[in-house]
Amino acid sequence: MGIEKRTSKEVIGVSLALLILAVTAAAPLYAPRYTVILLTSILMYMTISVSWALFSGPTGYISLASAAFFGAGIYTAAILGTALPLPLVVLVGGLVSSCLALLVGGLTLRLKGIYFVMFTFGLVELLLHFILWWEVTISGTTGRVVPPAGNATVFYTMLIILVVLIVTAVFIRRSRYGLALLSIGENEEAAAHAGTHVTALKVIVYAVSALFMGAAGAAMATRWTYIDPRIAFNPLISFVPVLMAIFGGIRPLYGPVIGAAIFTYLEEFLITRFPYYYMLIFGIIMVVAILYMPDGLVGLTQRAWKRMSRNKHAHT
Amino acid sequence: MVVTILDIIISGLLLGGIYAMTAVGLSLQYGVARVLNIAHGEFIMLGAFITFTLYTRLGIDPLISFAICGPAVFAVGFILYRTLFTRLRDTSPTVEAFEGNSMLASFGLLFIIQNVAILVWGANIQGYTYMAFSVDFWGARFAANRLVTLGFAIVICLVFYLFLANTRLGKAIRAAAQDPETAGLMGVKINQVLALCFGFGAMMAGLGGALVSISYQIQPTMGLEYTMIALIVIVLGGLGSIPGSFVGGLVLGLVGSIVTHVEPGLSLVAYYVIFMLLLLIKPTGILGK
Repeated sequence: MGIEKRTSKEVIGVSLALLILAVTAAAPLYAPRYTVILLTSILMYMTISVSWALFSGPTGYISLASAAFFGAGIYTAAILGTALPLPLVVLVGGLVSSCLALLVGGLTLRLKGIYFVMFTFGLVELLLHFILWWEVTISGTTGRVVPPAGNATVFYTMLIILVVLIVTAVFIRRSRYGLALLSIGENEEAAAHAGTHVTALKVIVYAVSALFMGAAGAAMATRWTYIDPRIAFNPLISFVPVLMAIFGGIRPLYGPVIGAAIFTYLEEFLITRFPYYYMLIFGIIMVVAILYMPDGLVGLTQRAWKRMSRNKHAHT
Repeated sequence: MVVTILDIIISGLLLGGIYAMTAVGLSLQYGVARVLNIAHGEFIMLGAFITFTLYTRLGIDPLISFAICGPAVFAVGFILYRTLFTRLRDTSPTVEAFEGNSMLASFGLLFIIQNVAILVWGANIQGYTYMAFSVDFWGARFAANRLVTLGFAIVICLVFYLFLANTRLGKAIRAAAQDPETAGLMGVKINQVLALCFGFGAMMAGLGGALVSISYQIQPTMGLEYTMIALIVIVLGGLGSIPGSFVGGLVLGLVGSIVTHVEPGLSLVAYYVIFMLLLLIKPTGILGK
């Protein structure tokens, strides 16, 4: 493949992304309120899914701490309340989560494979039960009220978070750190011998991914207005974005974006049409996706595309 | 004072018996079949609801319904491994990839089993009374059903351990745990053995669920909590070690009982603190080398 071909492909990709961005950004002007709320949920899942894939995609470390980082952002927004303007609340929420990630990463990233998975999921449950106990015995409440922000405000906040995240992710992938992350996933020891600061890199990228999850949590808290530990540290937030990323395709950056968009819409569709069967159908789709789509939708279409173009060559 | 201490120890052992019983199955599933089964608790729930239905509808004694509920849950586990996990094992390039994929697939299974159960039994909390009289232990009183639960948990785990240690199939299972490829070369039908292991793991969960239903209230969404506790126990006892899981279950039960005595809301927090400290400091568990 020549360089020119590659750049022209990139130009098409970037202009398509900008077009979608423009149409989405204008949504509050023309779309009904319901659509804006649905789009906000889609943006939220995209943010978590992309930030998960930012770290776990190349390195192969499956982190299930997303719910912890997201929840830390939610609680930051609930505690700060109206003390700070919304953009600062979101920023602080992100910073709190990334500090948590620095701590967790520093402690655990030498754990390998399934031990890391278990530790990160344990973190979610630990925070959930600790905050539950704290709220009941020390604060004397179970839930907290978060000062609400308008639908459009939350929508634009989430959109900005996602755009900044995608720009950051592209930047990391293009830099030598992106390659270093990939080499960690391929063979960590070889990467270390080749001069990569394996631990430092892993911890920093983990903290960056947590930053966006925390920011998303802080932004979403202002939409939910009432939160309690079970809402904030819902274990589903650790699993569902992972499945979205797998469903879309982990390797390319747009994989999790597509996966999150389809999955969130599907969830909404199933909840309204089949309220009693929706979780069941959801589970079946998850299992089928893991079994039959190892490279996600993106891989599936790429394979179909290759087969089609091969047939075309065969005929001519 | 003596009565209080005795009280704490015996409540701890009663709780620990259930923990041990449920963890042994998960330990087998992870240790041999390499599936970190997030849906493990769903098999516990299935066992509990089968026992509940047999008792309340047909009047079958919960201790007799073990004979129905064990094989039923075993069949579900066996079939799942033969279809779903065998395929995943064939398509995953490495053991690590299989562990990750099978863990995520089992999370999908959690949804499927839980929601089928909600469709069948409804989402409400259920329960029945069985042997609800109390027994006196030097001044401390305990419900008879919990003592029966502990007794059966010990007996079932012991029988299972002896089966693994002494029978031909048990040896094949242990060989498959150590090195599946070599075991395969030595004539162990590896896919069959792994599926049997997963089935036995599910069966132990189902029997654990039957015991849970005797003493506690049950509902279709109860599974994940039991899965998490089983996970903590198998890390405490050392991943893949059956005797370790048993001892780990009893130890965790004692910890829970002591913490509940001091500050009732903190027992789960204490479990997770122990879990994470162990992962950091001694991931091989309390009995590990």
